[in-house]
Amino acid sequence: MRAAVIVFPGSNCDRDLRVAFERAGAQVSMVWHKDTELPAGVDMVAIPGGFSFGDYLRCGAIAANSPICRSVVAHAERGGHVLGICNGFQVLTETGLLPGALMRNAGLKFICHNSELRVETTDSPYTAGYAKGQVIDIPVAHHDGNYTAAPEVVERLQGEDRVAFTYCDNPNGSVADIAGILSENRRVLGMMPHPERAADAGHGGTDGAALFDSVVGQMALA
Amino acid sequence: MQDPAITPDLIAAHGLSDEEYDRLLGIIGREPTFTELGIFSAMWNEHCSYKSSRKWLRTLPTDGPQVICGPGENAGVVDIGDGQAVVFKMESHNHPSYIEPYQGAATGVGGILRDVFTMGARPIAAMNSLSFGSPDHPKTRQLVHGVVEGIGGYGNCFGVPTVGGEVRFHTAYDGNCLVNAFAAGLADTDKIFYSAASGVGMPVVYLGAKTGRDGVGGATMASAEFDETIEEKRPTVQVGDPFTEKRLMEATLELMATGAVISIQDMGAAGLTCSAVEMGDKGGLGVQLNLDEVPCREQAMTAYEMMLSESQERMLMVLRPEKEAEARAVFEKWDLDFAIVGETIPEDRFLIMQGNSIKADIPLKALAENAPEYDRPWEAADTPEPLGEVPAIDPIDGLRALLGSANYSSRQWIYEQYDTQVMADTARGPGAGAGLVRVHGTDKLLAFTADVTPRYVRANPHEGGAQAVAEAYRNLSALGAKPLASTDCLNFGNPEKPGIMGQFVGAIKGIGAACAALDMPIVSGNVSLYNETDGTGILPTPTIGAVGLIDHADHAITGTARDGHVALLLGPVGSHLGQSALLSEVFNREEGDAPHVDLDLERRNGEFIRDNHALIRACTDLGDGGLALAAFELAEAAQTGVHLDSDDMHALFGEDQARYLVACNFDQAEALMIAAGQAGVQIHSVGKFGGDTVRFGASEAPLAELSDTFRRSFPDAFA
Repeated sequence: MRAAVIVFPGSNCDRDLRVAFERAGAQVSMVWHKDTELPAGVDMVAIPGGFSFGDYLRCGAIAANSPICRSVVAHAERGGHVLGICNGFQVLTETGLLPGALMRNAGLKFICHNSELRVETTDSPYTAGYAKGQVIDIPVAHHDGNYTAAPEVVERLQGEDRVAFTYCDNPNGSVADIAGILSENRRVLGMMPHPERAADAGHGGTDGAALFDSVVGQMALA
Repeated sequence: MQDPAITPDLIAAHGLSDEEYDRLLGIIGREPTFTELGIFSAMWNEHCSYKSSRKWLRTLPTDGPQVICGPGENAGVVDIGDGQAVVFKMESHNHPSYIEPYQGAATGVGGILRDVFTMGARPIAAMNSLSFGSPDHPKTRQLVHGVVEGIGGYGNCFGVPTVGGEVRFHTAYDGNCLVNAFAAGLADTDKIFYSAASGVGMPVVYLGAKTGRDGVGGATMASAEFDETIEEKRPTVQVGDPFTEKRLMEATLELMATGAVISIQDMGAAGLTCSAVEMGDKGGLGVQLNLDEVPCREQAMTAYEMMLSESQERMLMVLRPEKEAEARAVFEKWDLDFAIVGETIPEDRFLIMQGNSIKADIPLKALAENAPEYDRPWEAADTPEPLGEVPAIDPIDGLRALLGSANYSSRQWIYEQYDTQVMADTARGPGAGAGLVRVHGTDKLLAFTADVTPRYVRANPHEGGAQAVAEAYRNLSALGAKPLASTDCLNFGNPEKPGIMGQFVGAIKGIGAACAALDMPIVSGNVSLYNETDGTGILPTPTIGAVGLIDHADHAITGTARDGHVALLLGPVGSHLGQSALLSEVFNREEGDAPHVDLDLERRNGEFIRDNHALIRACTDLGDGGLALAAFELAEAAQTGVHLDSDDMHALFGEDQARYLVACNFDQAEALMIAAGQAGVQIHSVGKFGGDTVRFGASEAPLAELSDTFRRSFPDAFA
């Protein structure tokens, strides 16, 4: 399985994401935001956390207009897989690949701590390795993780089983405790928490490893 | 614009004494231009020249087989084996943070990160040591919010994990908060970059962000006391841009890999002036700068402003000319400025051109090396009066009072605002002694701690100075780490007062003795003097940052106590209540002597912990609050109760040094007792972990209640 991690100026979880994918057995290439094409044969595009373009203007808004993002959107539209974590989730909502927006945390402060998530669906390549309703411990680290969408959008996400994860103890005010959502075809996942920070024993927790193992394993078979 | 005439008032406003101005005249042999006056002021202020402290700094131990580069460069470099080095330093940003807390603290973090990556190291860990005024003081809450947000705002965006630090409150900081920022990075030992220029006619290149008028005169501001005119100093505080800093780091590290860099220096205090002079001086060369080429973000900047600007996120480099195209491409990729602004010259001159005129022409070596140096008169601190009678108190009430105080409650509200895990190598973040970070891609770990107990230093500068080093040593040892080296950030009041200078001298002697005995040489650091407002100084606060190495993750002591574990006290039973946390927080008394530091005992006990890591499940050092607070902290982290046999106030709250509390099972405890007997180390079984209460002798309270107090006091007071 071949993954491409997009690097924007200000991305700072790009290496972490690469390590997590490589650990799960993927071949990873790093792709600069000014590039216009993804490397040939890429199965999965991953957009890392950080502060792309300093989070100036609006988190993810400038990155969403980077040259490479046209190729990322085209990849998704062809049915390709895209994973956006933290700032990557913000970028995905800004590109329109996922609905809704990430607003400033309800408490107005940056928050970084471990957070219990409930796995809401196992019907996706990312969550197939978990059990439905399983509670997993994954770190959050963000200032703008307050997921917001119109009531009918939230209803639709829930109705179509597209809420991947919810917070057990909502840290940021997200509507319906939403921590991560899937696209209609279930191949695009955006989530605020950082599974790559809970992916090996040295992290003090490994609940995030199953996400990478699952998606890499499924795509290797496909 | 016409430069102002050089008048006695103008000279005084630049912080130069009559004697210093005479020295200036002796060097250049004529009246200086306005730009030259600014340059001398920038180079000779206390902040940049260390004129009051240099004599004493020279006495500190700075060498050791592990030291690759000691003080004098941007940061210290220490060997960690396998061809890698840890590069680190701690620096103060006190004055700016008090004037403008968010930007002051943010640029403090930015400055220290730049010091680290300028050496060729990628930053992997940050810490901070913060001292604020009384929690009741009207300014304190605003400073806490601003400083914490500033540190988080910069470090989080840049992408370095904040893994440790300390926060204290004391009325002596009401008019001067302290913000000490630490950063450490990782580099290959054969790819360290230094600041000494070499080669004549080599291009001097300006890198990074554009120059503005922010921070003009900042270093001079930071070398003076505060008074009621403080609001007027706000324009001397710089504005930080962590996004640019992140790009600057990536571009700089990429540039270094191309082999284009001869020497490099970050622009920190006194910006272009200090960086250019340092590179020339260390290389025995002159430097010519053409200011018309300096990228500016404001129009019509004068030579004076450009030379003194402290705009952030800038570097100066001497380039291999044949690599220019390659180097320029790297900076263009990252959308950063890259401009050749001058060259190295053979003669001993610092020559500043703008338009077609000479704005400054100074003998460079004399500017750098003939800075004034003072042997300030000093008076040793009085021997403290012995501590008088301390009334008896229920020990659980004593603990409850500490847990409910601003000083000893949980700092979770603060450190949750910092990204503690970015880079995905954090093995232990803030909140429990030293922070722990993996050496990426290896089984090794680096431990980081920052420590000082200013009450002790005021009571007894020598013992207090030694204690800061000893506590750092213990915090590293408690994790099983071998202490490697230290950095010091020495915050004091006005050195022209013999009493303050006496605190400084005493603390340096104590630090020096402890660093030598514990084999933790000082490899970098800074001095911040004049931390006074309206003539009242801070508590003497020599913060020690220290780094330790664990050669394999299996040797780290990072477990938690468990139900049924034995509580073992390593070291003497507590007896010393002078200057203790209990005395200060419960009785509002800061009396008596500081605890004595026995450096041989520190070393023996620290080595015992490391040698016996396999028998230890959890460990913490004993510091403020003694055995009682240490036992609570181990219990709270494990969410299990603890019962200590003693109810004696001295045994529970005494702050005697060289002590650790260990949690382990019964068999391990037996083995530890035997090992301690053989090693000649004092060890006592003092109780056990388990249940759901905290009990000292016959006095007890539910853990849940104490835990709630511990966790809620801080946000209740400050959120």
